Amino acid sequence: MILHPTVIANLLAAYIAGGMVLYAVFYGVQILKHWDIQNGHELQLVLERRTYLISTLLSYVFGLQLLSLFLYIFTADNLTPLFVGAMCAAGTLNVDSFGYPTLVLKIFNFILAGLWLVLNYVDNQGYDYPLIKKKYLLLAFVAPVIIVETILESAYFLDMEADVITSCCGSLFSSERVTGLGSEIASLPARPMMWVFYSAMACTLLCGIFFYFNNLGGYLYALLSLLMFFISLVSIVSFISLYIYELPTHHCPFCIIMEEYNYIGYLLYILLFGAVVSGLGVGALIPFRQVESLQAMLSGFIRKLALASVILYAAFTTLVTYEIVTSSLVISYEVVY
Amino acid sequence: MIELMNVKKVFNAGNPSEFSALNSVNLNIAGNKVTVLKGPSGSGKTTLLSIVGCMSRPSAGRVKLNGREITSLPERFLTDIRRKTFGFIFQQPNLIKGISVLDNVMLPAYPLGEKRSQLKMKAMKGLAELNIADKSASKVEWLSGGEAQRASIVRALINDPYIIIADEPTAHLDTKLSYRFMEIIEKFKSEGKTVIITSHDPLVYESSIVDHVVKLRDGQIEGKQA
Amino acid sequence: MRAWIEKQHYIIDFTISSLLRRKVKNFGLLALYTLIVFILASTMFFTYSIKKEASLILKGAPEIIVQKIVAGRHDLFPLSYIETIKSIRGVAAVESRLWGYYYDSLVSANYTLLTPPGQADAADTAAVADSGASFRPCRSPQPCKSPAKTTVVENEPGDPHAADESKPLFEFNGAVLEPGTLIIGNGVARLRNIGKGDYMPFLTFDGKVVNFKIAGTLSSQSELVSADLMLITGADFRKLFGIDNSVVTDLSVTVNNPSEVAMVASKIKKRLPQARPIIRDEMLRTYDSIFNWRGGMMIVVFSAAVLAFVIFAWDKASGLSAGERREIGILKAVGWETSDVIQMKFWEGAMISLTAFFTGVILAYIHVFFTGSIVFEPALKGWSSLYPNFELTPFVNLEQLTTLFFLTVVPYTVATIVPIWRAATIDPDSAMRFTGE
Repeated sequence: MILHPTVIANLLAAYIAGGMVLYAVFYGVQILKHWDIQNGHELQLVLERRTYLISTLLSYVFGLQLLSLFLYIFTADNLTPLFVGAMCAAGTLNVDSFGYPTLVLKIFNFILAGLWLVLNYVDNQGYDYPLIKKKYLLLAFVAPVIIVETILESAYFLDMEADVITSCCGSLFSSERVTGLGSEIASLPARPMMWVFYSAMACTLLCGIFFYFNNLGGYLYALLSLLMFFISLVSIVSFISLYIYELPTHHCPFCIIMEEYNYIGYLLYILLFGAVVSGLGVGALIPFRQVESLQAMLSGFIRKLALASVILYAAFTTLVTYEIVTSSLVISYEVVY
Repeated sequence: MIELMNVKKVFNAGNPSEFSALNSVNLNIAGNKVTVLKGPSGSGKTTLLSIVGCMSRPSAGRVKLNGREITSLPERFLTDIRRKTFGFIFQQPNLIKGISVLDNVMLPAYPLGEKRSQLKMKAMKGLAELNIADKSASKVEWLSGGEAQRASIVRALINDPYIIIADEPTAHLDTKLSYRFMEIIEKFKSEGKTVIITSHDPLVYESSIVDHVVKLRDGQIEGKQA
Repeated sequence: MRAWIEKQHYIIDFTISSLLRRKVKNFGLLALYTLIVFILASTMFFTYSIKKEASLILKGAPEIIVQKIVAGRHDLFPLSYIETIKSIRGVAAVESRLWGYYYDSLVSANYTLLTPPGQADAADTAAVADSGASFRPCRSPQPCKSPAKTTVVENEPGDPHAADESKPLFEFNGAVLEPGTLIIGNGVARLRNIGKGDYMPFLTFDGKVVNFKIAGTLSSQSELVSADLMLITGADFRKLFGIDNSVVTDLSVTVNNPSEVAMVASKIKKRLPQARPIIRDEMLRTYDSIFNWRGGMMIVVFSAAVLAFVIFAWDKASGLSAGERREIGILKAVGWETSDVIQMKFWEGAMISLTAFFTGVILAYIHVFFTGSIVFEPALKGWSSLYPNFELTPFVNLEQLTTLFFLTVVPYTVATIVPIWRAATIDPDSAMRFTGE
């Protein structure tokens, strides 16, 4: 294990988040079992008070999740010098078999966390806590995934071993790993991907705007925004990164959050994550439009979510296009990369 | 205006120290009238007052405000209604030490996020009506008993509530100040507000301004309502 | 939206006045918090900037150092091996080095004696050009170029760091090394209280006393590496330690193409089974790891302090005085909701955290970079006699600040969540039941 201060910070954040989630789930189960809004007895009052605690706890946890997602990449990038052949975070994540799965789970958990927060907000607007049971069911589902993520992250960091000189009596210290770690990211060909990206984005935006004005096709929009999220991620790897790095072979999606590129990656990813969470939120909330206590605000809120999602995706696209247009790289598309 | 149907309040339910503060209370409080809840200590006056004033929820029974059922509203909504509907005057002025009178008076309006200049104007107007505008910047520790009472009344009025609730308001006031207090209550009534007072001070419940007197004993209402 | 902003504004105002009203309690907490941040930040700043210095220094080191190992111990390197190495494809230049340790019993110190590069071996001295600009491992296509085919990676014209690659690791102050003289590092000068023109006696390998004149001192900028260093001519070195002309201490090998280094190293190993090539990148990684490990170790040790602080914070947040309880009861009674009180408490925590964090970081910065880690000095110095007086170049980056944030502010915030909630859920009608002072 590499006892690096930033690694310790990562693990600490992960354990704290895991611990808080377990605490929340424990009380959440109680709420699921005994909740009855009509009842004025003390237990109900206690539960109501406790749900404040859990909301607060989980808001913190999910905020922490977002920060720790970025911290994770950051740490991976900072550990690069310790491994032969690793050029950036992409290489470090390959050091053992837990690196990438942890990343995938982190992204997944972040989206789920965002959805939970949206549900929580809406639930609090209804005078009878209409979504409370569903909220805690979602929590019961999210919690084990977060625990698994914590375990994987621990395994990733604990399993790591730097390629260092271990004994002064040895002769050739580096093992015969002349090729080192694979920093190559599998990527799809750039030009077709550009078409896919722009056309998919156009569809998504149109659908979103249509929903905003006509209140139809919410589920479709949610689905499209999820799809767009994946397409955008693939696009970043496949062609967007090329233009940002101004290098036709550098596909790494992690280096764009580094200082050399003006931290542009943070903006891109935040826009993207925001867009997908609000888009999925639309789909998650539509089933509840008929709930009486939410009648006053829900439709308006869903439309606002959709609008937010559309704006975020549009901003993302604008930023991407700006990067492409102002980049010094010119890809001659006769050659397929 | 306010209806209580079969309201019960039990503390420490299930424990040996279980205690029933209110037993099957049925009460109707009329609008634009002054109602006094009278009774010895331990009769459940304060508990009843806090249920009427949306400060706590009954263990059983129903509470309606202006026809709307508020029994099982979660705290968030209850507080919202309470903020806009009720103004509380406590036995003690209950002002926060260390901040000025003006800040104390504006306190209940903070969560509503009203514009500061407007809020300040409202507060100063309220202080002027009760003749303590000159004390607006002083710390509350420097106020006399009567002035503190008046400050707490201004605080109770800051959100323009239409129901005023006072809990033993004259308990710590001398006769002159008590009469002054009742004059203020009369003013409220003439403004169309509803007033609910708990008191065991004859000066209060025998006053001519009072419309109804409700007698409480051991958590239940005695006899018929006046 | 505006109402929300205005509301936060009010709550922040109220929180500030509330914090100021309880100066004593909050000050204690703030002081402790700042102390924790200060200690952790000092540790991190120190470790990271030394790490950075080390990596900057090592950049100038040769790509491969080759030593001879006999039975696991470092032996003197025969000059005849040089031809074998020079013949490897990819090797740009080979240079022999003469260096060793001398124990001075007078001051219980170990000096490092080094022959400046290019002078260790007669064959190399031909490459040494004019003084002042010399003492570089030879890179120019001049006499010491290896006859094997090589690929040369040219530096970009206009690269501001091109010169750095060939700078020696120490700097002279214009002194010239002649036979019979030494150029010493500042640490030695301070320890022995000698300077230019003085004489220093040494005991040779066969018990004779030899006097060396001090020709000058090394620059103080390079003190981190040169404090205990002494430069000596090749002939004097061999005379002092009784080393034969056919051997040197080790070799430095220059390989121009970075991707070839590992290949060249393994070839050296194959052709000279007793040789041990040490690759610069390995050293860099190892140094990095050592500093990481040290830094991490200190953090782990201090985690006990952080834990104690967190428990203290939790206790402070839970222990509401009667006055505080009354105040919250009043707030709830006049119309503040539980979530409003939670927000207020959150702002309280945020303000304390931010103040402590920034104060701690600034103090740590001053401590490490301006006073030379005066608090840690005894621990760092140990019992070394030759301790360099160095000023670390300030190096603080986002990574350090983020790590600090996660190690201090996050645990504090988490510890206070439950106490805050407990405080915020005080019953509003407690204000009504409060009947006496």
